[in-house]
Amino acid sequence: MPRTIRGHPGIGSKATGEALVAKDDFSARYDLDRIAGVFSRPGHRLHGERYVGRVLVLNTAKGGVATSWMLREMCARGMAPAALLLNLANPIMAQGAAFADLPFMDRFERDITDAIRTGDRVTVDPRAGRVTID
Amino acid sequence: MKLGREERAMLDGRHGPARREALRQQMEVGRFFDAGDFVEVAHVHLMADTESLGESGVEWLEAISRLPEPERRVRVPTVTDPRGIDFCAYRKLRQEERMAALERRAIAAFESMGILMTDTCINYQSVLPPVRGEHLAYGDTGSTIYANSVLGARSNFEGGPAALCAALTGRVPRYGCHLDERRRGTHLFEVRHRPRTWSDWGALGAVIGKRTGDYWTVPVIAGIDGAPTSDELKHFGAALASYGSVPLFHMVGVTPEAPDLARVFEGVPPDPVRIDPQDVDAFYASFGRHEDEVHVVVFAAPQLSLVELKTVADSLAGKRVHPRTALLIATSPEIKAAADRMGITATIEDTGAILLRGVCFYQMYARELGRANGWTNLLSNSAKLVNIVSGYGYRPVLATTEACIEAAVNGRM
Repeated sequence: MPRTIRGHPGIGSKATGEALVAKDDFSARYDLDRIAGVFSRPGHRLHGERYVGRVLVLNTAKGGVATSWMLREMCARGMAPAALLLNLANPIMAQGAAFADLPFMDRFERDITDAIRTGDRVTVDPRAGRVTID
Repeated sequence: MKLGREERAMLDGRHGPARREALRQQMEVGRFFDAGDFVEVAHVHLMADTESLGESGVEWLEAISRLPEPERRVRVPTVTDPRGIDFCAYRKLRQEERMAALERRAIAAFESMGILMTDTCINYQSVLPPVRGEHLAYGDTGSTIYANSVLGARSNFEGGPAALCAALTGRVPRYGCHLDERRRGTHLFEVRHRPRTWSDWGALGAVIGKRTGDYWTVPVIAGIDGAPTSDELKHFGAALASYGSVPLFHMVGVTPEAPDLARVFEGVPPDPVRIDPQDVDAFYASFGRHEDEVHVVVFAAPQLSLVELKTVADSLAGKRVHPRTALLIATSPEIKAAADRMGITATIEDTGAILLRGVCFYQMYARELGRANGWTNLLSNSAKLVNIVSGYGYRPVLATTEACIEAAVNGRM
């Protein structure tokens, strides 16, 4: 049975993908090798994991302001995640998602990093404020 | 969101496609954070180095720069954060021609929009210090936290595209730091030991930053007796923003919105978290030491003020940087011109150190820079820098300015 989780209405259009989940925080500048499409920060739990085309599920947005340029750049090269779900966003992530038109949501009714497991097939509907897990 | 006449005109495209698209993005963000309306900003600080812009970002800027002049000019004074290339030094640093070419294209696009190429992250020290209560759109975490906290101005982190949107529309959605209720303290930290050096201030900012939750946390620091200097607060704030992702702090008895504990918190303050000297020592220790050679020593992030440059020049004077070690120092074009005029640049460069203008180490393709020059072991007095570059393939260690200079001369710690 598909499960539905509600969150604050987000940015971007509907997207589906396989989930990649960790309880860590997220910054595109500090955590990623954006050319190779993998997590490159040694201390990050997803270190070495490929994120391209996946629904990335993490805790909060961390780090500098560069992320907001980087998301669009990643989308333009076809090296972006399918969608990004965080427990709590910051302005940089929201601005970056609006600029990149990357599906993005936060503020869920429960801890999103507990609700979704790596490998789950997830559909994100930001306008409706809804995430569905097959 | 409630729109005024001017905003509706922009959204309808009456001021061209760039302003329409800018307002559309701003409304997306405004709705995301439940903003009721827009607030006009006095000026904009734009973070748009070419490494993070990439080809797609530069193409986007160029599309704007091809619009008729009335449709592409920024609406409020807009200044830039450090660039990715210092044209006087990039060959020596083995940066690639493609990086310089992209940089030239970005600069041409910015200039056609009427943007002032200040290329600095210390604009609050060297260009135009913000005023208390002024609404701004700032695009560097270090400049934002300084403007909000030390000067009492009001800005969220406005990433590059968002700051450019603000420059085009002259406004930002009103949420977060623009609202009184979001500026009150949420967490209390009691400091038992006043930091001494710039790196100590950065380390304290990092230690507190690691204990804050997220962007919406407002840490209040008690126990600092007497006003720190501008450079001390700069290192503290830059590290706090880098480790904690927070845009605002208050320092009781020091910063303008924190005359006392009662007024900075709404009601009773929370229980304080004690920060002991051991916490700061443990932070330094977490980076270890370089037992073998040091490849590169960096003074940057934030760019150095004139006072910092003079201090570094005085300690370096008459020495030689080790032939197998690079010493890089970054400052703003305005401060560089002053340093040239005052003989500080000559003192620094006579030692073999490189004084960089209008760039910052982590915004100048740090990963490629390390590979091209064989740099792994990095030493810096900036807690912010050592945080960032570990993700770029370096092994960074934090040390005082003095220890950094000694290592640059000896080639090892």
